[in-house]
Amino acid sequence: MTSIADIVAEHAHREGPLLPILHDVQKAFGYVSEDAMRDIAQALNLTRAEVYGVVSFYHDFRKEAEARPILKLCRAEACKARGVDALVPIAENQSRVKVEAVYCLGMCSVGPAALVGDQVIARLDATRLSSLLEAM
Amino acid sequence: MTVRISNDAVALACGADAVAAAFAAAGVEVERVSSWGMHWMEPLVDIDGVGYGQVSADQVPSILSGDAKSIGRIEDHPFIAKQNRLTFARAGKTRPTSLDDYYASGGWLGLGQARAIGADATIETIMASGLRGRGGAGFPAGIKWRTVADAPAEQKYIVCNADEGDSGTFADRMVMEGDPFMLIEGMAIAGFAVGASKAYIYIRSEYPHAIAKMEAAIRLSAHLIAPFVVEVRVGAGAYICGEETSLLNSLEGKRGEVRAKPPLPALEGLFGKPTVVNNVLTLAAVPWILAHGGEAYAAYGMGRSKGTMPVQLAGNVKHGGLFEVAFGITLGELVNDIGGGTASGRPVRCVQVGGPLGAYIPPAQFDLPFDYEAFAAADALIGHAGITVFDDSVDMAQMARFAMEFCAIESCGKCTPCRLGSTRGVETIDQIIAGKNVDANLALLADLAETMKFGSLCAMGGFTPYPVMSAIKLFPEDFNR
Repeated sequence: MTSIADIVAEHAHREGPLLPILHDVQKAFGYVSEDAMRDIAQALNLTRAEVYGVVSFYHDFRKEAEARPILKLCRAEACKARGVDALVPIAENQSRVKVEAVYCLGMCSVGPAALVGDQVIARLDATRLSSLLEAM
Repeated sequence: MTVRISNDAVALACGADAVAAAFAAAGVEVERVSSWGMHWMEPLVDIDGVGYGQVSADQVPSILSGDAKSIGRIEDHPFIAKQNRLTFARAGKTRPTSLDDYYASGGWLGLGQARAIGADATIETIMASGLRGRGGAGFPAGIKWRTVADAPAEQKYIVCNADEGDSGTFADRMVMEGDPFMLIEGMAIAGFAVGASKAYIYIRSEYPHAIAKMEAAIRLSAHLIAPFVVEVRVGAGAYICGEETSLLNSLEGKRGEVRAKPPLPALEGLFGKPTVVNNVLTLAAVPWILAHGGEAYAAYGMGRSKGTMPVQLAGNVKHGGLFEVAFGITLGELVNDIGGGTASGRPVRCVQVGGPLGAYIPPAQFDLPFDYEAFAAADALIGHAGITVFDDSVDMAQMARFAMEFCAIESCGKCTPCRLGSTRGVETIDQIIAGKNVDANLALLADLAETMKFGSLCAMGGFTPYPVMSAIKLFPEDFNR
């Protein structure tokens, strides 16, 4: 298992290493815990408040673990123009998958679109979204 | 027989991998290339230049037997034939991370030319091209480069802003996924011109394919641009980090809060050093300009808007995709002639140009030419040249509310008009939608919009009033009037 210290050591030589460290911590552990923030702060000679301030600023970083699989559904203008708002009830009427809003996946010509891990899915309709959620 | 299928995220999201696998299973070798940009056709199969649109795996046998209907030669398709492809010259034709393909299609000629003529003449070439920042503000790239070049410092930086967060835009993503070496070459030329040894490219986390392709391309080309070094940094889901000073703070490992200007990043940018911050499309245009000359680029376009713009047709549009064209084309030509109107077949009600901060424009104004000055005069914004089309089923009060809501979600919180104004804006529009004191609340909203427009530190709060107020002005009937 990777430790926080390993991750910090890997990036410590870089200019402005905090974001790369936080990305890797979240990748390894699924979230950035208070303990992790304290360790990172100490290693980078920052205050805990500074690290907390960065973690809480960015939508990507989680302060708590999420056990469910995550689907990010684009809710921005171009996907709205293609009918994503009509799909939202399908996402809300289930609880097995955590559905989060994301603002633009660059699929604006083929939306509605979603991101699962590193996989992008476009041309969603009610049927496709339902089967996607069931398969997760 | 050469079968080409794109591995751009749009093609993958529409099922290109399954189609490629079906060809492979039939014993046919498949080249995975960049996307032509005809997104409504994806997955598009290109067999020796002839195209087959919206292909699914079960259609592969009929394509191989010659029974399937083709769209003819892709290059002759009106959507492609009408373009002026300079930045997207390789789109659909080359394998994105193949150095051989890049060399064979004129790659590295721009960097070679820059090294041959020297740093000063390189900046002069960019000046002569009239290239303006493609990220939205339209600031002349040559002047920015000159400022950084003239700033005395041991360390300078190139920062490529690849935090393309505007809905309706995907040209940056297509450059990074389809032609990453061109962007690296553009950064290397900029570094050579201004005397910077290091570049950061800040890519949004919502673009995992772009991140992977850029990292691969940087590894493969490191020896060609040395001693210049390019490093990828990944954003963390904050729209505001597309604003250049916020992006610099994020790169430094801080909250992505906007900085007050001055000092300009060109003089005190990343870690306080002179920094060129250019958008992906700006830097991607540079290799062509160096290889062909500034005058050749300036021969395209109109007025002070020189060269070409990769326009992105998005939203409820029949023929969505990437359309690179010289400035001067009208909005109506783009939406109706090229885009084919709406995908739903209903009438176009309006378009939003330039992302979430751009004004809504109705068909009555479709004679507006694509030109920075013409758009500014119409209180509109070219921005990153994304055009999001809406049909007549759109509720503009909800879109105005969303503009404020988006600003509230994404505001960095540094200045009050943006941080508080956006939340008060949502509340006020909710009152209007509910029919409460409509006239008084509309007046209040107009006042709030003025405060945000003139009191905000950056374009986030400063431009959010444009979509809101244009929606009210154009479609009062949606606001209980």
